[in-house]
Amino acid sequence: MSTKTLDEPARRFEELLGPGSVITDPVRLRTYECDGLTHHRVTPGVVVLPESTEQVAAVVRICNEYDLPFVARGAGTGLSGGALPRADGVLVVTSKMRRILSVDLPNRRATVEPGVTNLAITEAVRDLGRYYAPDPSSQQVCTIGGNVAENSGGAHCLKYGFTVNHVVGLEIVTPDGDIVELSDTDPGYDLLGAFIGSEGTLGIATKVVVRLSRLPEAVTTLLAAFEDIERGGQAVSAIIGGGIVPAAIEMMDALAVEAAEAAVACAYPEGAGAVLIVELDGPAEEVAHQFGEVTRLCRESGAFEIRVADDPAERAAIWRGRKSAFAAVGRISPAYIVQDGVVPRTALGGVLASIDALSREYGIRVANVFHAGDGNLHPLVLFDDAEPGAEERAEIVSGRILDLCIEHGGSITGEHGVGVDKSRYMPKMFSDDDLNTMQLVRCAFDPRGLSNPGKIFPTPRLCGEVPGVRKGAHPLVESGQAEHF
Amino acid sequence: MGAPLEAPLTAQQAQEAQKALRATGVTIREATSDDAVGGVSPRWVALPENTGEVAALMRVSAAHDLAVVPVGDGTKLGWGNPPERCDLLIDTCCLLLGDGTAVEHSSGDLVTRVGAGLPLNVLNATLSRSRQELALDTPLGAGTVGGTLATAVAGPRRFRYGTARDLLIGITVVLADGTIATSGGNVVKNVAGYDLGKLFTGSYGTLGVITEATFRLHPIPADRRWVTVDLPAGGPGSAGSPARDGLDALDALVAELAASQAEPSAVELEWPDITGEATVCALVEGVAADVRAEAVRTSMDEYGSARITAEAPAWWSVPPGEEVLLELRVPPAAACPALRAVAARGLPARVRGSVASAVLLAALPGDVGEAEFSGFVTGVRDDLRRLGGALTVLAVPSALARGIDRWGPSGALPLMRRVKERFDPGRRMSPGRFAGGI
Repeated sequence: MSTKTLDEPARRFEELLGPGSVITDPVRLRTYECDGLTHHRVTPGVVVLPESTEQVAAVVRICNEYDLPFVARGAGTGLSGGALPRADGVLVVTSKMRRILSVDLPNRRATVEPGVTNLAITEAVRDLGRYYAPDPSSQQVCTIGGNVAENSGGAHCLKYGFTVNHVVGLEIVTPDGDIVELSDTDPGYDLLGAFIGSEGTLGIATKVVVRLSRLPEAVTTLLAAFEDIERGGQAVSAIIGGGIVPAAIEMMDALAVEAAEAAVACAYPEGAGAVLIVELDGPAEEVAHQFGEVTRLCRESGAFEIRVADDPAERAAIWRGRKSAFAAVGRISPAYIVQDGVVPRTALGGVLASIDALSREYGIRVANVFHAGDGNLHPLVLFDDAEPGAEERAEIVSGRILDLCIEHGGSITGEHGVGVDKSRYMPKMFSDDDLNTMQLVRCAFDPRGLSNPGKIFPTPRLCGEVPGVRKGAHPLVESGQAEHF
Repeated sequence: MGAPLEAPLTAQQAQEAQKALRATGVTIREATSDDAVGGVSPRWVALPENTGEVAALMRVSAAHDLAVVPVGDGTKLGWGNPPERCDLLIDTCCLLLGDGTAVEHSSGDLVTRVGAGLPLNVLNATLSRSRQELALDTPLGAGTVGGTLATAVAGPRRFRYGTARDLLIGITVVLADGTIATSGGNVVKNVAGYDLGKLFTGSYGTLGVITEATFRLHPIPADRRWVTVDLPAGGPGSAGSPARDGLDALDALVAELAASQAEPSAVELEWPDITGEATVCALVEGVAADVRAEAVRTSMDEYGSARITAEAPAWWSVPPGEEVLLELRVPPAAACPALRAVAARGLPARVRGSVASAVLLAALPGDVGEAEFSGFVTGVRDDLRRLGGALTVLAVPSALARGIDRWGPSGALPLMRRVKERFDPGRRMSPGRFAGGI
């Protein structure tokens, strides 16, 4: 579609929103060409910055009039290209919708606009003894609207769950431009649950009602250093097997520790082949008891040093290395790919050994950072982009890691989403029937396929056809002339 | 709602359908009056043993335009509207996993995969051997995995663990046309693709048949204590009166318990008579349950004489009635206003439920008058909607059900209808059972 076709809708957007809230200048448009997955870039056709639900709905209705695809974007921190724009479409940026509309303590909830950052909610209620539980690493900048789209987790979701477990209501603008409220008290299908994690393909969230949790009475964070990752893994198994559900259990291997050290001088124990961070929270008596257990189990599994943090400053010191890990690998490698896969926790040891073998086979270093409690791996695949062929080899290693996850009955994404990055892996995890059935939901919400098209699903489904599930593979795929990409 | 009943099958059509059903090799029997769903008798009952057999039945049903209702233990079969029609009842009692087992338990991963026909009690008995549990209560004392998911029932511990939708991590379903679809998987953390499990949980059999489910598990808590207190007589009080009545006390106590650092797993209300005493009971689970129970007792002692027990009270996780049963859901702080709304109607309601989660059950006597009942449903529903909540009629004798919308309104109904149309364009899955006549 040429830019000319966007001229008229852009004028309509300006009438609606004012010229300051519509971007058509090619240089400024490029600011929005990618999200956190920077190797996918598309300059959006036009960017709009609505300030209210009604404006979002009006924008979407105009998109319908002109048959324009639209993509919603919060802070653009996503790591799967879920907010990758369309050159022939509209990018709806929620950065002007960042009001906390209400904090309702008796009802233990807050109502916020989608552009509010995840951490801003907690900051608004912390003095009242409350917080918003999901805590993705990017929580200082990522928005709640993006969290809803991606069903974001974070280090503490082992105990507390994901966005979907903490959002009790939404106001959405449907792909047709209707404003609909979804509430956990309403009778009928759990559309709230279906919408959260749908990566912007079922509409745009314009208000989010989040549950506020009470701050725990006690928090203790412990860092245990092991000679190697196997011993660290044994400690994790022993903790979980002992009936303890910590708030978080994070592990870093030697290379990840080295990177963190270089970046933030986190002063983790020298010579550690693996570092385990365990955070316990809850009633003081429970935390005290579990702390004793965890310490014992770590020592029995071969921890050679254990550090404990009881106050926020000490805790921050322990977390600093872990939280900086993704960015820190930049200190030890010119370029890297952040992978996100999940394996059953009991398969961690075998999968890490296989990743190590892949690393040696391809001559590509892999630093491992993971949420050990739930088997969510974040391998950082390191390469030198100046070296011919290195990026390709890194891509292969990164992809083979996902294959390992699927082989072990895991998932291709634990929290970063499918987006454009992983849609080609969906057929490895799901059958055509599974994907077609998911697309029935898509067709119910968005029969015209305008809301964030090209994400999640390897092949779009034509919703206009007679309802009912198509059978068999596409003829071109079946005959080997095409693949799902 | 209001959709015309379809003409029944002709004798020849029925004969052909029966032949096709038998040709699937699945055990089929003629239905009896005991198999009726909300007074609607099916013709046949099928007892499939795996997902593939359910798919075979559904393909035959699609080819012969048979309306299908899935059933587990049948403990909630009377809930929801009667189906507009029902030719085939799919009894999930015998559904096993593909390998012929009933339970796959990865204890090291705290995950289990089960056939939908498995009774929850049996599942938890199996899991308890590894000191693990599916943290879902069984308020009706029985019920299968599939039935629990389809009706989204939950008990007291919803306050801590959430409900079935929060514990379900993977699901296999068979759609109306026989398509077998799976979403989620075997790992707790997983955001690949849409979560069909959420959509099917609470869908009352209207989107397809749930055949397998995978859940995250929890360790069985080291210890449990129940702390109980009786509050003074409740009643609505007089409007504008500054005096604290029983409901004010209840309101304050529940808010305190919900915020308590003793972290109760459940806070339940038993209110047998709206003019009499209310009882509040909190469950404290885990390490140092006894010490934490003392903290809860200290809070409760401000309101009455509290007691700690190692056993649940007899009414714990039991619905307050069976014949006429309603569910009230409101935002947490509106639990007491909701109780006032019930009390203000003047009917002898018995209320019980998860007061800290503000999901309550109300039972009325079976001999309540039709007009009184209708007035109660309409009036309380309007009040609850003003409070940001909803009222659903779960169980009701057919004589009282006339003219009652069991489900009540929802602003998202048009979207829900579109979902139904995509999944079941022929309206053959539990037709008419659900909200808005879906």
